[in-house]
Amino acid sequence: MAVAIVILLIALGSIAFHFWSPWWWTPIASNWQGMDDTILLTFWITGFVFVAICAFVAYCVWKYRYQKNRIAEYKPEDKKLETRLILITTLGVIALLAPGLLVWNNYISVPDNAYKVEVVAYQWGWKFRLPGKDGVLGKTDIKLINDENPFGLNLEDSYGKDDLLVDEGELHLLLDRPVKFELRAIDVLHNFYVPQFRGKMDMVPGMITYYWITPTRIGEFEILCAEYCGTGHYAMRGLVIVDKEKEYNKWEAKQITFDKMFAKNKNNKNLQLAKNTK
Amino acid sequence: MSDEYEHKLEAKSDYVSDASSGTSASDIDKLPPAELPDQELYHSHSWWTTYVFSQDAKYIGVQYACTAIGTGILGLVLSWLMRLQIAFPGLGLLEPSAYYQFVTMHGMIMVIYLLTALFLGGFGNFLIPLMCGSRDMAFPYVNMVSYWMFLVAVLVLLSSFFVPGGPTGAGWTLYPPQAITSGTPGHNMGIILMLVSLVLFVAGFTMGGLNYIVTVLQLRTRGMTLMRLPLTVWGIFVATILALLAFPALLVGGLMMTLDGLLGTSFFMPVIVSMGEQLKYEGGSPILFQHLFWFFGHPEVYIVALPAFGIVSDLISIHARKNIFGYRMMVWAIVGIGALSFFVWAHHMYVAGMNPWFGFFFATTTLIIAVPTAIKVYNWILTLWRGNIQLSLPMLFSLGFIVTFLNGGLTGLFLGNVTVDVPLSDTYFVVAHFHMVMGIAPVLVVFGAIYHWYPLITGRMLNETLGKIHFWITFVGSYAIYFPMHYQGFIGVPRRYFEIYDSPYIETSTMGLNVFITVAALIVGAAQLLFIYNLISSARLGKKAERNPWKANSLEWQTPEMPPAHGNWGKEMPKVYRWPYDYSVPGAKEDYIPQNVAPSAVTEAKVEKS
Amino acid sequence: MNKFFKTLAEKPWEESQAKIDNEHLGKTLSLSKYKLGLRTIMVVSTIIFSFFIIAYADRMLIHDWRSMPEPWLLWANTGILILSSIMFHLTKIASDRQHNDKIKKGLYLIGFLAYTFLFSQLLVWYQLLNSGYYAATNPANAFFYLFTALHGLHLIGGLYFLGRTTSKFLRNNSKVQEIQHTIELCAIYWHFLLAVWIVLFGLMLFT
Repeated sequence: MAVAIVILLIALGSIAFHFWSPWWWTPIASNWQGMDDTILLTFWITGFVFVAICAFVAYCVWKYRYQKNRIAEYKPEDKKLETRLILITTLGVIALLAPGLLVWNNYISVPDNAYKVEVVAYQWGWKFRLPGKDGVLGKTDIKLINDENPFGLNLEDSYGKDDLLVDEGELHLLLDRPVKFELRAIDVLHNFYVPQFRGKMDMVPGMITYYWITPTRIGEFEILCAEYCGTGHYAMRGLVIVDKEKEYNKWEAKQITFDKMFAKNKNNKNLQLAKNTK
Repeated sequence: MSDEYEHKLEAKSDYVSDASSGTSASDIDKLPPAELPDQELYHSHSWWTTYVFSQDAKYIGVQYACTAIGTGILGLVLSWLMRLQIAFPGLGLLEPSAYYQFVTMHGMIMVIYLLTALFLGGFGNFLIPLMCGSRDMAFPYVNMVSYWMFLVAVLVLLSSFFVPGGPTGAGWTLYPPQAITSGTPGHNMGIILMLVSLVLFVAGFTMGGLNYIVTVLQLRTRGMTLMRLPLTVWGIFVATILALLAFPALLVGGLMMTLDGLLGTSFFMPVIVSMGEQLKYEGGSPILFQHLFWFFGHPEVYIVALPAFGIVSDLISIHARKNIFGYRMMVWAIVGIGALSFFVWAHHMYVAGMNPWFGFFFATTTLIIAVPTAIKVYNWILTLWRGNIQLSLPMLFSLGFIVTFLNGGLTGLFLGNVTVDVPLSDTYFVVAHFHMVMGIAPVLVVFGAIYHWYPLITGRMLNETLGKIHFWITFVGSYAIYFPMHYQGFIGVPRRYFEIYDSPYIETSTMGLNVFITVAALIVGAAQLLFIYNLISSARLGKKAERNPWKANSLEWQTPEMPPAHGNWGKEMPKVYRWPYDYSVPGAKEDYIPQNVAPSAVTEAKVEKS
Repeated sequence: MNKFFKTLAEKPWEESQAKIDNEHLGKTLSLSKYKLGLRTIMVVSTIIFSFFIIAYADRMLIHDWRSMPEPWLLWANTGILILSSIMFHLTKIASDRQHNDKIKKGLYLIGFLAYTFLFSQLLVWYQLLNSGYYAATNPANAFFYLFTALHGLHLIGGLYFLGRTTSKFLRNNSKVQEIQHTIELCAIYWHFLLAVWIVLFGLMLFT
């Protein structure tokens, strides 16, 4: 009896917890409401299954508790019932999968009007690069990274000269404009994750990965690295600030182009000292 | 020719003088009986070869179990330290590097050295020969060597605590490049020792797996068809096949990473700038490692889950005095889950940066595999329906399994659906999911199984009061630990974080949740000490068990002596006349009919035609 | 395969099925347990080598791949393996016919060939390392050392069993029956290793 009650309490308690606990997802700030909706649908279906089966178990444990003169049913099989259960389960699975795959299709199809922002991850911080006036990001190579050229831009690529380099781990984004994040890592795996944006993707050295979002809310959001990258993994934080166009342009104007930064580094006395080229 | 030779040796193991069977494939009966020993049993002559270097699968099983559980206790202690750090960061208990080392060792120990070793090496060795009706495993010497290789693997793993740099802190998934670059603890010796330990483990388990496969396929007793095997054997058998096919992937990945670390090859290492300097690697692919690792890693979770499924089916059936519902479907489901498990691995890599089109494929296969798993759940609860349920400890733990596995399996549906995995991957939702479905549910089965088979192994019963306390704290406590944790994942709290500290959007109440979870974890941990005490003290002081105390049908309870002696069956091998689920057969005198009871002894029982 | 599905479709609780099942001898396959064990090992090994080959095929497409030189010793070693397989075949025939002398000579020769092979492989390593072809220099090198090392380890494993067979044969006054099946098993294993070598060697030759 106690067992049945506890099982029932667990099921009902879980429901209660779900609705009344203060812990729920962070308010969404991007266009990926579809992910949230799919999660809600999954909650309804799995929640129903969980309560139904727990209730059934509780009922059986109570109703069919051991009695000396009770004889259990002897029924090795019930083809009809089993077939029906398989069918219902398959339908349930399809109901979950179909919307999920639709949203995934959107996630991997970047809209044509998305502007590009490169995110560079390193142990343990974030750097960013914007395409600048020519709208194209210059080519990079990890082999080219050195003190003067911390982003590893290819000096022969003219598109790279006007790229804006953001070194302080704070990225600004335009409100209501789709943006494609081109993700790079220079040492180990990282993952560019902002919980309010819902999207994430690993960053693999030697590859350029991507995902896209449309920010839908003004605000300051924290970047959390979401792929274990060594002892500083938890401390690898940054900031994303979603701005209206005016504020964004102000911020963009303050950023340094690659040309200027490279020239400055070349003349940097400290660097020259460190590299013995003074 | 060699087959004939084989038959000569095994002639004694077939029931020779049965009057009814003079037909069919009985050429064996016509061969003269071989001299002792049949089935090439090794008879030990010294204390060392009986209790230490034993070739008897029952002893080897106990050795595996003790080593696995001992290592598991270490893993448990590590988890306490980790949880204390998370909940009370102000205490400054651990450095980040130590924290990550504990995270890694905890994970690897629990998955591989506890669960896999316990289910396959522990339960497999003890139960397979007995349930199949054979005297021992097919290759007892190799079986013995497999245990010692396992022990050496454990020792090598533990030795990594004592080398400069300490054990690896790369996470149990050991992803390159970070596993062997300087930002990760233990990137020098620690990771190498871990990989060496894994290679030894795989070698040992291939030897063991060889035994389980050959014994189940070829060494069953007369009358024991595959479909008359208890589901416990089916679970362990298919899990072993998975292990033999999946561990090579881990071996390959491990070997290549060892070379990357030791010799500077670039199997997995691309061009890297680490801590300001260009490393000498180039051209390797970190994603290749992930493919190899998860090709092993996903079947691995089924290697843990399938034996649990099989065992719990038997526990429920025996303690509800009712045949398992849908035996054929259960077998099909085990085989189906096993086969499908090789096609879902990249659902661990949805956000790893692989070709996004793979997401469609793997999400589909992953949700397909939910169907046979769901069928098993239905069949377990349909076994309870119209049963005669004894709330013994094995049954209590089985019920606990159903609830927790259901929960964990359902949250898997969230993660398997690729688009839902995007916000939830690498958060505490994943941690909660896999603990619930791998850590709690199968471990509840382990407990239930130990309470169930303890009398067979030791001849005594475990203390029931201690057991009940152990059950309630463990079941309710574990659920309290992991259910709320899912919601941390919804908030977006990432996993493998040493500290959350001042984050503008994570409410302070999450820290409160952390404290709650840690306290619950410590309480549940303490309850396990009760269990260990029960295990040890009952071996001497426990109530003496009567023969076949649970009135079960399967062969392991039908040996002439309990605990079974060397050779299991005495002079005559058993003969099987029925499947193991003849419980509450209409018309029968008792509510159980053991497998080796001849039809002539139960003529009043009327078996229903399906 | 069909038999497998049919087996899983049986209804063990039915009386008619039970009558059939009672006659069952407890074996599913008509193999000796040793043959089954060997086949299992061969399957596992094949999977291991297949994974390496997949990794190899994936890696060789990257532009920095440089093929290794082909020391003539490798061809000689291939020849030794082929010779060993032939010897095993002859020795097996001899064991069927119980020509004890031939068996003894065969076993010794195969053992000698195996040791020669291993020594010669090490010689190849020595040559290549001396010429600067280290494992870390190029992925093709890394795979070469990996492949040859694994193949060699498998051979050492086989040598262990061959050694046990030979000593058993000599101890028991050359009673052939005891080791007939072991010779057959070792022969199968040796043929398997030859096949593995041909695949690996061929792969490396053509890339």
